[in-house]
Amino acid sequence: MRHLLSGADLDAATATEILDTAAEMATVAGREVKKLPALRGRTVVNLFYEDSTRTRISFEAAAKRLSADVINFSAKGSSVAKGESLKDTALTLQAMGADAVVVRHPASGAPHRLADWVDGSVVNAGDGTHEHPTQALLDAYTMRSRLGRLAGLSVAVVGDVLHSRVARSNVLLLSTLGAKVTLVGPPTLIPVDIASALAPGTDVSYDLDSVLPHSDVVMMLRVQRERMNDSYFPSAREYARRYGLDGPRMRRLPEHAIVMHPGPMNRGMEITPEVADSPRSTIVEQVANGVSVRMAVLYLLLGGNNR
Amino acid sequence: MAYPSAARSSPARQPSVKVILASADVQRVVDRIAHQILEKTQGAEDTVLLGIPTRGAPLAKRLAARISTFEDVAVPVGVLDITLYRDDLRRHATRAVGPTQLPPGGIDGKRVILVDDVLFSGRTVRAALDALNDVGRPASVQLAVLVDRGHRELPIRADYVGKNIPTSLVESVKVTLAETDGADEVKLFGGTNQ
Repeated sequence: MRHLLSGADLDAATATEILDTAAEMATVAGREVKKLPALRGRTVVNLFYEDSTRTRISFEAAAKRLSADVINFSAKGSSVAKGESLKDTALTLQAMGADAVVVRHPASGAPHRLADWVDGSVVNAGDGTHEHPTQALLDAYTMRSRLGRLAGLSVAVVGDVLHSRVARSNVLLLSTLGAKVTLVGPPTLIPVDIASALAPGTDVSYDLDSVLPHSDVVMMLRVQRERMNDSYFPSAREYARRYGLDGPRMRRLPEHAIVMHPGPMNRGMEITPEVADSPRSTIVEQVANGVSVRMAVLYLLLGGNNR
Repeated sequence: MAYPSAARSSPARQPSVKVILASADVQRVVDRIAHQILEKTQGAEDTVLLGIPTRGAPLAKRLAARISTFEDVAVPVGVLDITLYRDDLRRHATRAVGPTQLPPGGIDGKRVILVDDVLFSGRTVRAALDALNDVGRPASVQLAVLVDRGHRELPIRADYVGKNIPTSLVESVKVTLAETDGADEVKLFGGTNQ
């Protein structure tokens, strides 16, 4: 594995290797010395063209726990504001000796272009409305650690699928690992043919209540107001009524089912505080697991001589 | 005139295999190390055995089992994975990380005995000492190995040695154990015959 650009880059064996490695990395978080020497002397650049708190901090914590040097680069207040192109920025990073570039960009496909320009490994930390593979890996890790398996699980991904890179990466990865995904949302927010285009066997439903009773996992997506240029649904209240997860809906889930959210949440919109703070919710766990999974990804990309 | 020298040298081209320890020998050697540990630690109180994967882990379990048969003390056993502490990580393709399992009582203030199958360059043990440093602070650290084949590259020695095997650098020593490979055996693969 040289880069991690898409959930489709991972076959079942590689994905399982990442999850198993992440399980070992997770034990470091419980130790007094939360540090491993595996990436000593390597440089990881966080190249963020979009606002992000948890993903950037998560990658930074992961790289630092593996003893790599971390350079944070955000587009605001940098030469990008003066009009520097992605390619020129990439060549600058290259000259500074970056072994890995973790990139978030508003344009879908930007990490793929970047991978052609730099010698180091490129990790896609979210590109436009395209993909966010490490989020899918941490979601899979969370499901596996809560429910013990991935094969055969029924996963409902609910909400703004149209703008969601999290949904796309999750469909690709989860179907590789044998889970059954159902995309749920208003017809305006689920692209026609997306299910068959991403992974055959994926279902689409416009009725959340009919999907809930046979779901092992419900993954709520954030309603991305910053990407809502058209009126995809009449009002926030109507969306919350039909596709928001509240207490009564949560109680319709099977006993063992878990509720996930990639964050940041719009409390009261797609998820009510009662659900978000319930024991079924894995939202805080997902953040902790994110560090372990990103440690595993960075180690597997940079730990050995893979060139 | 015949050419006896040529006839003698022909089998030498094939690498020789010599069994150094057979199954019963391995068991006797493990028993002896268990007795030595009991003797040197005066009853194995406050002692923890940590096996270094792959074959150190089952060896540590066997030693603990033998110690409890001989003296009726339960010695906690754990596994210490050293992959992320190796000094040659970057020379190979990425290695898979194995589990590290510390016994419930931890290792702080205990006498830790590291257990491995073969002591060679000493680099594995150096990595294990670094790894140990990050998971706790033992009172002291000792080293037990089934085979010491020499050729140290670091100032490291073992406290308990099952068998010293003088080797040349072209030879290799292979330990197999019932738990990991189906049978107990120590073999010496040589570059030449005799």
